[in-house]
Amino acid sequence: MAQLLPGTLDLLILRAVSLGPLHGYGILLRIGQISGNALLIEQGALYPGLFRLVKQGLLKSNWGTSENNRRAKFYELTVTGRKRLQEETDSWNRLAGAIAAALSQQPEEA
Amino acid sequence: MRLFDSLRFRMAAIFHRHQMNAEMDEELCSHIQHRADDLERTGMARAEAERRARIEFGGRLKYKEEIHQSLGNYLLETVWQDVRVSVRQLGKSPAFTIAAVATLTLAIGADAVVFGLMDGLILRPLNVPQQQTLYGTQYGDNPTWQSYPNYLDLRDRNHSFEDLAAFSMALGVGMDTGKDAIASNGFRTSGNYFDVLRMQPYLGRFFHASDENGPNSAPYVVLTYSYWHTRFQDDRSVVGRTVLLNKHPFTVIGVAPPEFVGTLMFITPDFFVPIVNQGEAGGWDAKDRGTQNEVFETFGHLKPGVTLAQATGDVDAVSAYLVKAYPKQIAHHSTVLAHEGLTSFANGVHAFVSGLMVLATLILLAACANLGSLFAARAADRSREVALRLALGSSRTRILRQLFTEAILISLAGATVGVLGSVALLRRLSVWQPISGAPIHLPVTPDAKVYWFALALALVSGFLFGIVPVRQVLRANPYEIVKAGSSVMAGPRITLRDVLLVVQIAICAVLVTSSFVAVRGLVRSLNSNFGFEPRNTMLAGVNLDMAGYAGEKIPAMQRRMIDALHTIHGVDAVGLVNDYPPLVYDAGTTVSVFKEDATDLKPANAAIIPYRYDISPAYFEAAGTSLLAGRSLSWSDDKNAPAVAVINRDFAEKMFGSLTNAIGRMYKLQDGSRVKVVGVVENGKYQTLTENQQPAMFLPFIYAPVSSAFLVVRSKRDPQELAAAMRNKIRELDAGLPVDSQSWATLLQTVLFPSQVATMALGVMGLMGAMLSITGIFGMAAYSVSKRMRELGIRMALGAKRREVLQAALGRPLKLLVLGSATGLVLGLLATRVLSFIVYQATPKDPMVLGAVIFAMLLLGLVATWIPAQRALAVNPLTLLRED
Repeated sequence: MAQLLPGTLDLLILRAVSLGPLHGYGILLRIGQISGNALLIEQGALYPGLFRLVKQGLLKSNWGTSENNRRAKFYELTVTGRKRLQEETDSWNRLAGAIAAALSQQPEEA
Repeated sequence: MRLFDSLRFRMAAIFHRHQMNAEMDEELCSHIQHRADDLERTGMARAEAERRARIEFGGRLKYKEEIHQSLGNYLLETVWQDVRVSVRQLGKSPAFTIAAVATLTLAIGADAVVFGLMDGLILRPLNVPQQQTLYGTQYGDNPTWQSYPNYLDLRDRNHSFEDLAAFSMALGVGMDTGKDAIASNGFRTSGNYFDVLRMQPYLGRFFHASDENGPNSAPYVVLTYSYWHTRFQDDRSVVGRTVLLNKHPFTVIGVAPPEFVGTLMFITPDFFVPIVNQGEAGGWDAKDRGTQNEVFETFGHLKPGVTLAQATGDVDAVSAYLVKAYPKQIAHHSTVLAHEGLTSFANGVHAFVSGLMVLATLILLAACANLGSLFAARAADRSREVALRLALGSSRTRILRQLFTEAILISLAGATVGVLGSVALLRRLSVWQPISGAPIHLPVTPDAKVYWFALALALVSGFLFGIVPVRQVLRANPYEIVKAGSSVMAGPRITLRDVLLVVQIAICAVLVTSSFVAVRGLVRSLNSNFGFEPRNTMLAGVNLDMAGYAGEKIPAMQRRMIDALHTIHGVDAVGLVNDYPPLVYDAGTTVSVFKEDATDLKPANAAIIPYRYDISPAYFEAAGTSLLAGRSLSWSDDKNAPAVAVINRDFAEKMFGSLTNAIGRMYKLQDGSRVKVVGVVENGKYQTLTENQQPAMFLPFIYAPVSSAFLVVRSKRDPQELAAAMRNKIRELDAGLPVDSQSWATLLQTVLFPSQVATMALGVMGLMGAMLSITGIFGMAAYSVSKRMRELGIRMALGAKRREVLQAALGRPLKLLVLGSATGLVLGLLATRVLSFIVYQATPKDPMVLGAVIFAMLLLGLVATWIPAQRALAVNPLTLLRED
């Protein structure tokens, strides 16, 4: 399992809830699912990120009942959140592409 | 919209903290339950699943704190936590807290009072618009006084002032409102006075330059608000009414605004009259350049762009021209410009207030040193707690921040109490009338600046003494301390605490020394030789203007009064002196005298400039001034006889070489008249107690009678009875003549006032210094005893003697005390050179003072170490060794 790059957790959270409202544990499971369980995320570390995103107005939250019939807080994307996810995804793809290109380049022998 | 959301979120975060915490808890629990549900599905028992889920999740508290941090309300949250912890900590040791707060209350309170004085006296001497550009001229060598024509020339010829106003005093004027005449004090001002000050009347109108059309053209009077309030009971119909000033009718035209108390610091007038009215002042010649005491001070706003140096140069240039044009009348050497209001007192007030400021700052520093060492001791005692917190993962910054919070809390509490006390004191000072009957008051009204100052002081001092234990905490090794207990912190041989204690004791010794020097100086000045004997002497100020006397009637009436008072039973001698006797109200007139053969009688050629007193024949007997050679004056020395004078010893020595040489010799006065010396009297003090020996001459008052004089009555009778008898006698002569009699000793207060105030202030500071050093030494000694209880117990168990135990326990604090006291004593003696400007005869080379300071410091040491010493001696080795 790979360590998460700093700053990428927010992007993963946005991506996870873009498919529908989820509670905190659900987000964790969804990230595991979409990343093929390749990323290691401390369970508690999720929450400061969630609160920050709510504060930034990218997510909104509502209390509801979960599939296990328990009370849980559900997060979903706001309009700005969706826009931000698009932007961040584009910029991540550009960055990843650039880095991949840089790494695959064979050094020329002098 | 987003901004609004974020704001709302933050507000919610702050105000619904509990709710938020509960919600977070619920959310995190819900997470753990969901995880446990999943684990349960894999076949785990519910209890085990929940346990596993909790472990996997990690520290809920930590994440909650991280959430707060991510929301940006981390700082507020922790500050609030620190405050709560600090309050709890301080509550646990109330004695320490009370001592610390009390120390700071005194120190910050003292600083706030002095700052209030500085603010009132120096920073805003007058309550008038744009006072920053308002400058007064201190003109010439003989401070401030000048003739009226001189003022007119200065006003018209200078290029620096927008306009120049002038004023002078009219003290002891009988104001008759129809019922009775009461002696009041006023300012006689130029017509443009209020316009130059840019002021608007509270009621009615002010007079203006256009009202002045030659002598006696403007019989108008403007009242000050407080006089209107007390004498006329806020009666608005007073405007337009006619009152009598020394029997001359004047029309009340207006009332000045409440905050305006004249243009001379410390002196509060009752009314203002245009200076062109001469009648009420006893008739003076507006064209006479030789009469120097018509205008006390001139002032005005500097034109925009004119610097202080340019203006001073400009006034000097005008003066140089005037000296050339009127060499006989004008001696002018240099000009000093100062912010109006303080001009005449600027030097003294600046010296006094800055001296106090230095002392108050020293007290605050001593208090900080004191609290710093207390805090260091506390931190050492709490090193176990600190170590535990460090071991449990608290950060050092967090611990330091908590210590600082404690320090700041204490200093804020101290500042709050201190500032309340000092504001109350300043309020009292501002309504205080130090000398009864004299229009003197301190214009200090505490404003917001005082509060800000105290707050700043609190923060700075809290930081200062909070910083002391920082190094201790930073160096603390949790492992070692938890293992070995706090006693492992033996530290270096000379600790920061030792240094702080020495500094503190040195500062306190400086304060104690200076207060002793001041007290000693005051005692000496009360017992020094004034050149007259103030005891058993009654003074009665009589202004014949108030009853309408003029011309030849004045000396005749004065002679009748002298004779009448002489018939009172028990009166030994009665004399009279024109204007004021020596050392009363800081008054004194100096004149130029010339050698007998001098021809060019301009001031620059004066041989000496003695004080001049115009006296009746029996004045010396009444005043108790002893005659050293020749004869006294007699009634036959009148205008028809050759002019004679009695001089003092200093005059004789400076002018004629020796005392015996002087009798029968001649000298010249400014007007060219020749005067023969018939007698020499002892030296004395004339205007201030601190003055160097000055020459003085005494002429028969009959040469130049004036209406305002003091009768000097020597009698051993009870002053109250005597005063009543004097009043009756004078009422028999003229029932309409107000007489105000007081003993000479009482009137000396005005000259003693500055040194009394200085002594009082220094005494208070000294007392505070003494208290601080007691708490400092006590704290140190008590701490050292309590730290070494075990060691002392062992020593006693092994047979140590009481003396040895005491030496072990208190040797160090006492050594530090001696070191600090010695340093402080030396510094204090150096500092008293400064004091000698304020306090008469403040000399550091006084064995009494040295002895007293050493004795006082020893006594303080004894008092402060007494309780810890008793504790050390009461050590019971058995119980002690059982404990711990």
